[in-house]
Amino acid sequence: MQMTATLDGASVKRRGKTILGPITHDLAPGGITIVLGPNGAGKTTFLKVLHGVERLSAGQVAWSVPAAEAQKSQSYVFQSPIMLRRTVAQNLAYPLQLTGTPKAQIQTKVQSWAAKIGLADALDTSAPRLSGGEKQKLALGRALIRDPKVVFLDEPCANLDGRSTKEFEALLITAKSAGTRIIMTTHDLGQAKRLAEDVIFLLGGQIVEAGPAPAFFADPQTAQARAFLKGDIVE
Amino acid sequence: MNDIWAGLASAFWLIVTLDPDLVEITLRSLRVSLSALLIAALIALPFGTWLAVRRFRFRRATIAVLNALMGLPPVVVGLIVYLLLSRSGPFGVLGLLFTPTAMIIAQVIIITPLIASITHQAMRELWAEYHDLLISLNTSNWQRIRTLIFDGRRALLTAALAGFGRAIGEVGAIMIVGGNIDHATRVLTTAIALETGKGDFALALGLGFVLIALALLVNFAIHVLSRTEREGRW
Repeated sequence: MQMTATLDGASVKRRGKTILGPITHDLAPGGITIVLGPNGAGKTTFLKVLHGVERLSAGQVAWSVPAAEAQKSQSYVFQSPIMLRRTVAQNLAYPLQLTGTPKAQIQTKVQSWAAKIGLADALDTSAPRLSGGEKQKLALGRALIRDPKVVFLDEPCANLDGRSTKEFEALLITAKSAGTRIIMTTHDLGQAKRLAEDVIFLLGGQIVEAGPAPAFFADPQTAQARAFLKGDIVE
Repeated sequence: MNDIWAGLASAFWLIVTLDPDLVEITLRSLRVSLSALLIAALIALPFGTWLAVRRFRFRRATIAVLNALMGLPPVVVGLIVYLLLSRSGPFGVLGLLFTPTAMIIAQVIIITPLIASITHQAMRELWAEYHDLLISLNTSNWQRIRTLIFDGRRALLTAALAGFGRAIGEVGAIMIVGGNIDHATRVLTTAIALETGKGDFALALGLGFVLIALALLVNFAIHVLSRTEREGRW
Protein backbone atom coordinates (compact mmCIF):
# COMPACT_ATOMS: atom_id res chain seq x y z
CA MET A 1 0.00 0.00 0.00
CA GLN A 2 1.28 3.48 -0.81
CA MET A 3 1.87 5.81 2.07
CA THR A 4 0.87 9.40 1.55
CA ALA A 5 1.55 12.38 3.77
CA THR A 6 -0.29 15.56 4.50
CA LEU A 7 1.30 18.58 6.07
CA ASP A 8 -1.09 20.92 7.76
CA GLY A 9 0.36 24.28 8.75
CA ALA A 10 3.56 22.53 9.83
CA SER A 11 6.25 24.92 10.98
CA VAL A 12 9.55 24.67 12.81
CA LYS A 13 10.90 27.56 14.87
CA ARG A 14 14.20 27.56 16.69
CA ARG A 15 15.26 30.43 18.96
CA GLY A 16 12.53 32.67 17.62
CA LYS A 17 13.57 32.13 14.01
CA THR A 18 11.28 30.35 11.60
CA ILE A 19 13.23 27.67 9.80
CA LEU A 20 10.35 26.05 8.00
CA GLY A 21 6.76 26.81 7.19
CA PRO A 22 4.02 27.11 7.91
CA ILE A 23 3.61 24.53 5.15
CA THR A 24 0.36 23.02 4.02
CA HIS A 25 0.94 20.46 1.34
CA ASP A 26 -0.18 17.02 0.14
CA LEU A 27 2.74 14.86 -0.84
CA ALA A 28 2.37 13.12 -4.21
CA PRO A 29 1.65 9.43 -3.65
CA GLY A 30 4.47 7.67 -5.49
CA GLY A 31 7.74 7.78 -7.35
CA ILE A 32 10.67 10.10 -6.78
CA THR A 33 10.18 13.58 -5.35
CA ILE A 34 13.11 15.95 -5.52
CA VAL A 35 13.27 18.82 -3.05
CA LEU A 36 15.12 21.78 -4.54
CA GLY A 37 16.23 25.05 -3.06
CA PRO A 38 19.30 27.05 -2.04
CA ASN A 39 21.20 26.52 1.22
CA GLY A 40 19.15 27.40 4.26
CA ALA A 41 15.86 27.00 2.42
CA GLY A 42 14.81 24.35 4.94
CA LYS A 43 15.28 21.24 2.79
CA THR A 44 16.84 19.11 5.51
CA THR A 45 14.31 20.30 8.08
CA PHE A 46 11.53 19.49 5.58
CA LEU A 47 12.79 15.90 5.26
CA LYS A 48 13.20 15.53 9.02
CA VAL A 49 9.69 16.84 9.62
CA LEU A 50 8.29 14.25 7.22
CA HIS A 51 10.44 11.55 8.85
CA GLY A 52 9.05 12.57 12.23
CA VAL A 53 12.37 13.29 13.95
CA GLU A 54 12.04 17.08 14.04
CA ARG A 55 9.89 18.69 16.70
CA LEU A 56 7.15 20.83 15.18
CA SER A 57 6.43 24.26 16.62
CA ALA A 58 2.97 24.32 15.10
CA GLY A 59 0.75 22.35 12.78
CA GLN A 60 1.05 18.66 12.07
CA VAL A 61 2.19 15.97 9.69
CA ALA A 62 -0.10 13.04 9.10
CA TRP A 63 0.88 9.92 7.21
CA SER A 64 -1.83 7.67 5.84
CA VAL A 65 -0.82 5.15 8.52
CA PRO A 66 -0.39 5.62 12.30
CA ALA A 67 2.76 7.55 13.29
CA ALA A 68 4.56 4.59 14.92
CA GLU A 69 4.02 2.40 11.88
CA ALA A 70 5.01 5.25 9.57
CA GLN A 71 8.41 5.70 11.17
CA LYS A 72 9.08 1.96 11.10
CA SER A 73 8.49 1.84 7.37
CA GLN A 74 10.77 4.78 6.62
CA SER A 75 14.50 5.21 6.49
CA TYR A 76 16.88 8.10 6.06
CA VAL A 77 20.21 8.55 4.29
CA PHE A 78 22.36 11.41 5.54
CA GLN A 79 24.50 13.81 3.56
CA SER A 80 27.65 12.49 5.18
CA PRO A 81 27.09 8.78 5.73
CA ILE A 82 27.10 7.63 9.35
CA MET A 83 29.04 4.39 9.55
CA LEU A 84 28.84 2.19 12.62
CA ARG A 85 32.35 1.24 13.73
CA ARG A 86 31.79 -2.30 12.55
CA THR A 87 32.25 -4.39 9.45
CA VAL A 88 30.23 -3.84 6.29
CA ALA A 89 28.19 -6.98 7.02
CA GLN A 90 27.43 -5.84 10.57
CA ASN A 91 26.38 -2.41 9.30
CA LEU A 92 23.93 -4.00 6.90
CA ALA A 93 22.65 -6.38 9.56
CA TYR A 94 22.14 -3.69 12.20
CA PRO A 95 18.66 -2.39 11.26
CA LEU A 96 17.41 -5.99 10.98
CA GLN A 97 18.87 -6.93 14.37
CA LEU A 98 16.99 -4.03 15.94
CA THR A 99 13.68 -5.50 14.83
CA GLY A 100 14.63 -9.00 15.99
CA THR A 101 14.82 -10.63 12.56
CA PRO A 102 15.92 -14.31 12.68
CA LYS A 103 19.65 -14.79 12.12
CA ALA A 104 19.36 -16.98 9.02
CA GLN A 105 17.16 -14.40 7.35
CA ILE A 106 19.57 -11.58 8.24
CA GLN A 107 22.40 -13.61 6.72
CA THR A 108 20.68 -14.06 3.34
CA LYS A 109 19.51 -10.45 3.21
CA VAL A 110 22.97 -9.12 4.01
CA GLN A 111 24.48 -11.29 1.28
CA SER A 112 22.00 -10.20 -1.35
CA TRP A 113 22.20 -6.49 -0.46
CA ALA A 114 25.98 -6.53 -0.37
CA ALA A 115 25.89 -7.89 -3.90
CA LYS A 116 23.40 -5.23 -5.01
CA ILE A 117 25.52 -2.36 -3.70
CA GLY A 118 28.71 -3.89 -5.09
CA LEU A 119 30.32 -4.61 -1.71
CA ALA A 120 30.05 -8.41 -1.74
CA ASP A 121 33.83 -8.73 -1.53
CA ALA A 122 34.11 -6.23 1.31
CA LEU A 123 31.75 -7.84 3.83
CA ASP A 124 34.46 -8.14 6.48
CA THR A 125 36.01 -4.73 5.85
CA SER A 126 35.64 -2.17 8.61
CA ALA A 127 32.96 0.23 7.35
CA PRO A 128 34.68 3.48 8.43
CA ARG A 129 37.59 2.52 6.15
CA LEU A 130 35.52 2.43 2.96
CA SER A 131 35.83 5.17 0.37
CA GLY A 132 33.27 7.97 0.32
CA GLY A 133 31.29 6.45 -2.52
CA GLU A 134 31.29 3.00 -0.96
CA LYS A 135 30.17 4.45 2.36
CA GLN A 136 27.23 6.20 0.76
CA LYS A 137 26.23 3.05 -1.12
CA LEU A 138 26.46 1.09 2.11
CA ALA A 139 24.30 3.72 3.81
CA LEU A 140 21.71 3.31 1.04
CA GLY A 141 21.84 -0.49 1.29
CA ARG A 142 21.41 -0.25 5.06
CA ALA A 143 18.46 2.11 4.55
CA LEU A 144 16.78 -0.21 2.04
CA ILE A 145 17.44 -3.54 3.78
CA ARG A 146 14.32 -3.27 5.91
CA ASP A 147 12.23 -2.86 2.72
CA PRO A 148 10.97 0.57 3.73
CA LYS A 149 8.00 2.11 1.97
CA VAL A 150 9.59 5.56 2.06
CA VAL A 151 13.26 6.55 1.87
CA PHE A 152 14.49 10.06 2.58
CA LEU A 153 17.83 11.11 1.15
CA ASP A 154 19.51 14.35 2.16
CA GLU A 155 21.91 15.36 -0.63
CA PRO A 156 23.34 11.85 -0.76
CA CYS A 157 25.56 12.57 -3.76
CA ALA A 158 26.99 15.89 -2.54
CA ASN A 159 30.41 14.35 -1.90
CA LEU A 160 30.44 11.75 -4.66
CA ASP A 161 32.18 11.81 -8.02
CA GLY A 162 30.48 11.10 -11.34
CA ARG A 163 30.83 7.34 -11.37
CA SER A 164 29.73 6.88 -7.77
CA THR A 165 26.77 9.18 -8.41
CA LYS A 166 25.79 7.11 -11.43
CA GLU A 167 25.91 3.86 -9.45
CA PHE A 168 23.99 5.49 -6.63
CA GLU A 169 21.27 6.73 -8.98
CA ALA A 170 20.98 3.28 -10.54
CA LEU A 171 20.31 1.84 -7.08
CA LEU A 172 17.69 4.51 -6.46
CA ILE A 173 15.89 3.75 -9.72
CA THR A 174 15.87 0.03 -8.90
CA ALA A 175 14.40 0.81 -5.51
CA LYS A 176 11.76 3.02 -7.08
CA SER A 177 10.80 0.30 -9.53
CA ALA A 178 10.35 -2.02 -6.55
CA GLY A 179 7.75 0.42 -5.25
CA THR A 180 9.78 2.41 -2.74
CA ARG A 181 8.76 6.03 -2.35
CA ILE A 182 11.81 8.27 -2.63
CA ILE A 183 12.06 11.81 -1.32
CA MET A 184 15.43 13.41 -1.89
CA THR A 185 17.09 16.79 -1.72
CA THR A 186 19.83 17.80 -4.11
CA HIS A 187 21.85 20.78 -5.21
CA ASP A 188 22.59 19.20 -8.55
CA LEU A 189 20.03 20.37 -11.12
CA GLY A 190 21.26 17.74 -13.59
CA GLN A 191 20.53 15.02 -11.07
CA ALA A 192 17.15 16.56 -10.34
CA LYS A 193 16.25 16.45 -14.01
CA ARG A 194 17.46 12.84 -14.37
CA LEU A 195 15.52 11.49 -11.40
CA ALA A 196 12.58 13.72 -10.54
CA GLU A 197 8.99 12.81 -11.13
CA ASP A 198 7.79 15.48 -8.76
CA VAL A 199 9.53 18.62 -7.62
CA ILE A 200 9.12 20.68 -4.48
CA PHE A 201 10.90 24.03 -4.65
CA LEU A 202 11.64 25.49 -1.23
CA LEU A 203 12.76 29.03 -0.50
CA GLY A 204 13.05 30.66 2.92
CA GLY A 205 11.22 27.79 4.56
CA GLN A 206 8.23 28.02 2.26
CA ILE A 207 7.12 25.88 -0.67
CA VAL A 208 7.32 28.31 -3.56
CA GLU A 209 6.36 25.88 -6.25
CA ALA A 210 5.50 22.18 -6.41
CA GLY A 211 4.32 19.88 -9.13
CA PRO A 212 5.23 17.27 -11.74
CA ALA A 213 8.85 17.50 -12.83
CA PRO A 214 8.49 17.93 -16.62
CA ALA A 215 6.20 20.91 -16.20
CA PHE A 216 8.38 22.43 -13.49
CA PHE A 217 11.55 22.25 -15.55
CA ALA A 218 9.89 23.28 -18.85
CA ASP A 219 7.74 26.07 -17.61
CA PRO A 220 8.18 27.20 -13.99
CA GLN A 221 5.30 29.30 -12.79
CA THR A 222 7.08 31.54 -10.30
CA ALA A 223 9.78 34.12 -10.84
CA GLN A 224 11.96 32.59 -8.09
CA ALA A 225 11.82 29.11 -9.65
CA ARG A 226 12.65 30.56 -13.09
CA ALA A 227 15.63 32.40 -11.61
CA PHE A 228 16.78 29.28 -9.71
CA LEU A 229 16.60 27.08 -12.81
CA LYS A 230 18.42 29.67 -14.86
CA GLY A 231 21.27 29.48 -12.39
CA ASP A 232 20.73 32.83 -10.72
CA ILE A 233 21.32 33.13 -7.01
CA VAL A 234 17.99 33.32 -5.24
CA GLU A 235 17.66 34.26 -1.59
CA MET B 1 70.08 3.98 46.92
CA ASN B 2 71.05 0.99 49.05
CA ASP B 3 67.46 0.54 50.12
CA ILE B 4 66.29 0.41 46.51
CA TRP B 5 68.88 -2.20 45.54
CA ALA B 6 68.00 -4.20 48.61
CA GLY B 7 64.35 -3.85 47.62
CA LEU B 8 65.00 -5.12 44.11
CA ALA B 9 66.98 -8.05 45.45
CA SER B 10 64.29 -8.80 47.97
CA ALA B 11 61.59 -8.64 45.28
CA PHE B 12 63.66 -10.95 43.11
CA TRP B 13 64.02 -13.55 45.87
CA LEU B 14 60.37 -13.30 46.90
CA ILE B 15 59.32 -14.06 43.35
CA VAL B 16 61.94 -16.68 42.54
CA THR B 17 61.25 -18.67 45.67
CA LEU B 18 57.49 -18.18 45.23
CA ASP B 19 57.22 -17.05 48.82
CA PRO B 20 53.90 -18.52 50.08
CA ASP B 21 52.95 -15.34 51.94
CA LEU B 22 53.68 -13.25 48.88
CA VAL B 23 51.61 -15.53 46.65
CA GLU B 24 48.76 -15.43 49.13
CA ILE B 25 48.57 -11.67 49.48
CA THR B 26 49.13 -11.10 45.77
CA LEU B 27 46.25 -13.39 44.90
CA ARG B 28 44.09 -11.67 47.50
CA SER B 29 44.99 -8.26 46.05
CA LEU B 30 44.00 -9.50 42.62
CA ARG B 31 40.80 -11.12 43.87
CA VAL B 32 39.64 -8.01 45.74
CA SER B 33 40.48 -5.51 43.01
CA LEU B 34 39.26 -7.59 40.07
CA SER B 35 35.96 -8.32 41.85
CA ALA B 36 35.59 -4.63 42.61
CA LEU B 37 36.40 -3.82 38.99
CA LEU B 38 33.85 -6.31 37.65
CA ILE B 39 31.05 -5.00 39.89
CA ALA B 40 31.96 -1.36 39.30
CA ALA B 41 32.12 -1.88 35.51
CA LEU B 42 28.69 -3.55 35.50
CA ILE B 43 27.29 -0.43 37.17
CA ALA B 44 29.43 2.31 35.63
CA LEU B 45 29.56 1.34 31.93
CA PRO B 46 25.78 1.33 31.36
CA PHE B 47 25.33 4.32 33.68
CA GLY B 48 28.00 6.44 31.97
CA THR B 49 26.59 5.55 28.56
CA TRP B 50 23.06 6.29 29.71
CA LEU B 51 24.23 9.73 30.86
CA ALA B 52 25.57 10.40 27.37
CA VAL B 53 22.37 9.27 25.63
CA ARG B 54 19.62 10.67 27.84
CA ARG B 55 18.65 14.29 28.32
CA PHE B 56 16.99 14.90 31.66
CA ARG B 57 16.57 17.70 34.11
CA PHE B 58 19.46 17.18 36.50
CA ARG B 59 21.88 15.81 33.92
CA ARG B 60 24.45 18.59 34.27
CA ALA B 61 24.32 18.36 38.05
CA THR B 62 24.68 14.57 37.91
CA ILE B 63 27.74 14.84 35.68
CA ALA B 64 29.30 17.51 37.89
CA VAL B 65 28.75 15.35 40.98
CA LEU B 66 30.17 12.33 39.19
CA ASN B 67 33.30 14.21 38.19
CA ALA B 68 33.71 15.48 41.73
CA LEU B 69 33.33 11.94 43.08
CA MET B 70 36.28 10.82 40.94
CA GLY B 71 38.49 12.45 43.53
CA LEU B 72 36.70 10.83 46.45
CA PRO B 73 39.28 10.40 49.27
CA PRO B 74 39.63 6.64 49.91
CA VAL B 75 40.16 7.16 53.62
CA VAL B 76 36.78 8.84 53.93
CA VAL B 77 35.10 6.10 51.89
CA GLY B 78 36.77 3.57 54.19
CA LEU B 79 35.52 5.39 57.24
CA ILE B 80 31.94 5.55 55.97
CA VAL B 81 31.91 1.90 54.91
CA TYR B 82 33.43 1.04 58.30
CA LEU B 83 30.62 2.86 60.11
CA LEU B 84 27.98 1.21 57.95
CA LEU B 85 29.39 -2.29 58.43
CA SER B 86 30.46 -2.01 62.08
CA ARG B 87 28.51 -3.93 64.74
CA SER B 88 26.49 -0.86 65.67
CA GLY B 89 25.96 0.22 62.04
CA PRO B 90 22.91 -0.52 59.88
CA PHE B 91 24.59 -3.49 58.14
CA GLY B 92 26.38 -4.75 61.24
CA VAL B 93 24.32 -7.94 61.37
CA LEU B 94 25.91 -9.13 58.13
CA GLY B 95 29.27 -9.39 59.90
CA LEU B 96 31.17 -8.10 56.89
CA LEU B 97 33.65 -5.80 58.58
CA PHE B 98 37.28 -7.00 58.31
CA THR B 99 36.50 -9.38 55.44
CA PRO B 100 37.57 -9.19 51.78
CA THR B 101 33.91 -8.49 50.94
CA ALA B 102 34.07 -5.23 52.89
CA MET B 103 37.21 -4.31 50.97
CA ILE B 104 35.46 -5.03 47.67
CA ILE B 105 32.52 -2.83 48.70
CA ALA B 106 34.83 0.07 49.56
CA GLN B 107 36.73 -0.23 46.29
CA VAL B 108 33.54 -0.42 44.24
CA ILE B 109 32.48 2.89 45.78
CA ILE B 110 35.86 4.44 44.99
CA ILE B 111 36.20 3.36 41.35
CA THR B 112 32.61 3.42 40.07
CA PRO B 113 32.52 7.25 39.66
CA LEU B 114 35.90 7.16 37.93
CA ILE B 115 34.85 4.51 35.40
CA ALA B 116 31.44 6.12 34.87
CA SER B 117 32.98 9.52 34.24
CA ILE B 118 35.54 8.30 31.70
CA THR B 119 32.82 6.21 30.05
CA HIS B 120 30.59 9.25 29.79
CA GLN B 121 33.35 11.31 28.15
CA ALA B 122 34.09 8.65 25.57
CA MET B 123 30.46 7.80 24.87
CA ARG B 124 29.49 11.43 24.42
CA GLU B 125 31.66 11.67 21.32
CA LEU B 126 30.46 8.38 19.90
CA TRP B 127 26.85 9.37 20.56
CA ALA B 128 27.37 12.66 18.70
CA GLU B 129 28.54 10.61 15.75
CA TYR B 130 25.72 8.02 15.89
CA HIS B 131 22.91 10.28 17.12
CA ASP B 132 21.09 10.96 13.84
CA LEU B 133 21.28 7.38 12.62
CA LEU B 134 20.07 5.79 15.85
CA ILE B 135 17.22 8.30 16.17
CA SER B 136 16.22 7.67 12.56
CA LEU B 137 16.25 3.89 13.08
CA ASN B 138 13.80 4.34 15.94
CA THR B 139 15.98 2.59 18.50
CA SER B 140 14.96 2.19 22.12
CA ASN B 141 17.16 3.64 24.87
CA TRP B 142 18.42 0.19 25.76
CA GLN B 143 19.34 -0.55 22.14
CA ARG B 144 21.21 2.76 21.93
CA ILE B 145 23.18 2.02 25.09
CA ARG B 146 24.05 -1.49 23.90
CA THR B 147 25.17 -0.23 20.49
CA LEU B 148 27.37 2.46 22.02
CA ILE B 149 28.93 0.11 24.57
CA PHE B 150 29.67 -2.44 21.86
CA ASP B 151 31.13 0.00 19.35
CA GLY B 152 32.99 1.99 21.99
CA ARG B 153 34.45 -1.03 23.74
CA ARG B 154 38.04 0.04 23.21
CA ALA B 155 37.46 3.33 25.00
CA LEU B 156 35.63 1.48 27.74
CA LEU B 157 38.63 -0.77 28.19
CA THR B 158 40.66 2.31 29.05
CA ALA B 159 38.02 3.34 31.55
CA ALA B 160 38.06 -0.11 33.16
CA LEU B 161 41.86 -0.16 33.32
CA ALA B 162 41.91 3.25 34.97
CA GLY B 163 39.49 1.87 37.54
CA PHE B 164 41.61 -1.21 38.10
CA GLY B 165 44.72 0.92 38.50
CA ARG B 166 43.06 2.96 41.19
CA ALA B 167 41.72 -0.12 42.98
CA ILE B 168 44.91 -2.19 43.01
CA GLY B 169 47.01 0.70 44.31
CA GLU B 170 44.52 1.89 46.89
CA VAL B 171 45.39 1.53 50.57
CA GLY B 172 43.41 4.04 52.66
CA ALA B 173 39.99 2.44 52.48
CA ILE B 174 40.93 -1.22 52.55
CA MET B 175 43.22 -0.64 55.50
CA ILE B 176 40.28 0.69 57.49
CA VAL B 177 37.58 -1.78 56.47
CA GLY B 178 39.89 -4.78 56.01
CA GLY B 179 42.12 -4.23 58.99
CA ASN B 180 45.25 -5.71 57.39
CA ILE B 181 44.76 -9.05 59.16
CA ASP B 182 47.38 -11.65 58.27
CA HIS B 183 45.97 -14.56 56.23
CA ALA B 184 42.57 -12.86 56.11
CA THR B 185 42.57 -9.35 54.70
CA ARG B 186 46.22 -8.51 54.10
CA VAL B 187 46.87 -7.34 50.54
CA LEU B 188 49.94 -5.91 48.82
CA THR B 189 49.32 -2.27 49.62
CA THR B 190 48.44 -2.79 53.28
CA ALA B 191 51.44 -5.09 53.67
CA ILE B 192 53.70 -2.40 52.22
CA ALA B 193 52.30 0.15 54.67
CA LEU B 194 52.88 -2.28 57.53
CA GLU B 195 56.45 -3.21 56.56
CA THR B 196 57.34 0.46 56.05
CA GLY B 197 56.00 1.20 59.52
CA LYS B 198 58.09 -1.63 60.93
CA GLY B 199 61.17 -0.25 59.18
CA ASP B 200 61.67 -3.27 56.91
CA PHE B 201 62.22 -1.19 53.80
CA ALA B 202 63.67 -4.02 51.72
CA LEU B 203 60.57 -6.18 52.08
CA ALA B 204 58.29 -3.14 51.64
CA LEU B 205 60.07 -2.18 48.44
CA GLY B 206 60.06 -5.77 47.26
CA LEU B 207 56.31 -5.91 47.67
CA GLY B 208 56.09 -2.53 45.93
CA PHE B 209 57.90 -3.85 42.86
CA VAL B 210 55.66 -6.89 42.81
CA LEU B 211 52.64 -4.57 42.91
CA ILE B 212 53.91 -2.49 40.00
CA ALA B 213 54.74 -5.62 38.01
CA LEU B 214 51.26 -6.96 38.70
CA ALA B 215 49.57 -3.78 37.46
CA LEU B 216 51.68 -3.86 34.28
CA LEU B 217 50.91 -7.54 33.75
CA VAL B 218 47.15 -7.11 34.07
CA ASN B 219 47.12 -4.11 31.71
CA PHE B 220 49.23 -5.96 29.20
CA ALA B 221 47.13 -9.13 29.44
CA ILE B 222 43.91 -7.23 28.84
CA HIS B 223 45.40 -5.41 25.85
CA VAL B 224 46.58 -8.68 24.34
CA LEU B 225 43.26 -10.39 24.97
CA SER B 226 41.23 -7.56 23.46
CA ARG B 227 43.72 -7.06 20.63
CA THR B 228 43.92 -3.29 20.91
CA GLU B 229 46.22 -1.47 18.49
CA ARG B 230 46.14 -4.46 16.19
CA GLU B 231 43.29 -4.02 13.75
CA GLY B 232 43.40 -0.38 12.78
CA ARG B 233 41.71 2.28 14.80
CA TRP B 234 39.10 0.27 16.57
